[in-house]
Amino acid sequence: MFELIIWISLALIASSSFLLMIRLIKGPSVPDRAISLDAIGINLVGITAIMSIVLDTSAFLDIILLIGILAFIGTVSIAKFLEKGEIIENDRNNQ
Amino acid sequence: MIETISKFVIGYLILQGAFFSLISAIGVLRLPDVYTRTHAASKSATLGVLSILLGVFLYFWVLEDHMNGRVLLGILFIFLTSPVAGHLISRAAYHTKVKLWENSKIDELKEKKKAKDKVHS
Repeated sequence: MFELIIWISLALIASSSFLLMIRLIKGPSVPDRAISLDAIGINLVGITAIMSIVLDTSAFLDIILLIGILAFIGTVSIAKFLEKGEIIENDRNNQ
Repeated sequence: MIETISKFVIGYLILQGAFFSLISAIGVLRLPDVYTRTHAASKSATLGVLSILLGVFLYFWVLEDHMNGRVLLGILFIFLTSPVAGHLISRAAYHTKVKLWENSKIDELKEKKKAKDKVHS
């Protein structure tokens, strides 16, 4: 029963990644695509967590934190690029 | 006995998380403009993944006797950063002039911006 529930949730979260992929392909504006990429990253955290139950190992639990941090940094840099046109401002005269 | 009960609770948490994640994906697919999609993606997906991570943490703690602090750190980090990411994307969308939904009634930020421009000029 427990294993069946785990597999069902894995299928649900994988299909939610698929639906987000549809929005990623056809989204009309750039922020749409950024949102769906961010949500796919968050879903990937969930997939890693469930897979570590399926494989019965605690070796992948560090990867959860790593993917969370990387998704956040990526989304923040995309947002800053959209808003200001550059990610790291190197202009020393304009203070 | 305790194993059965904890397996029930953990299974419920993980199933609930996966269900919330699916709901958020359907919301991202079906809602009409960027801002409502951000609303769906940043709240519901975050709650779903937090629930899954709580289930995994309880699984390794109760059933395997292995208390893992990094999963707790992951829960805290995702809880703090995912709404911030949604806010930043939504703000960038507003400043790059992505249109609101055609049926939306009021845009208070636009009026505020207009008033500010009037003061400055």
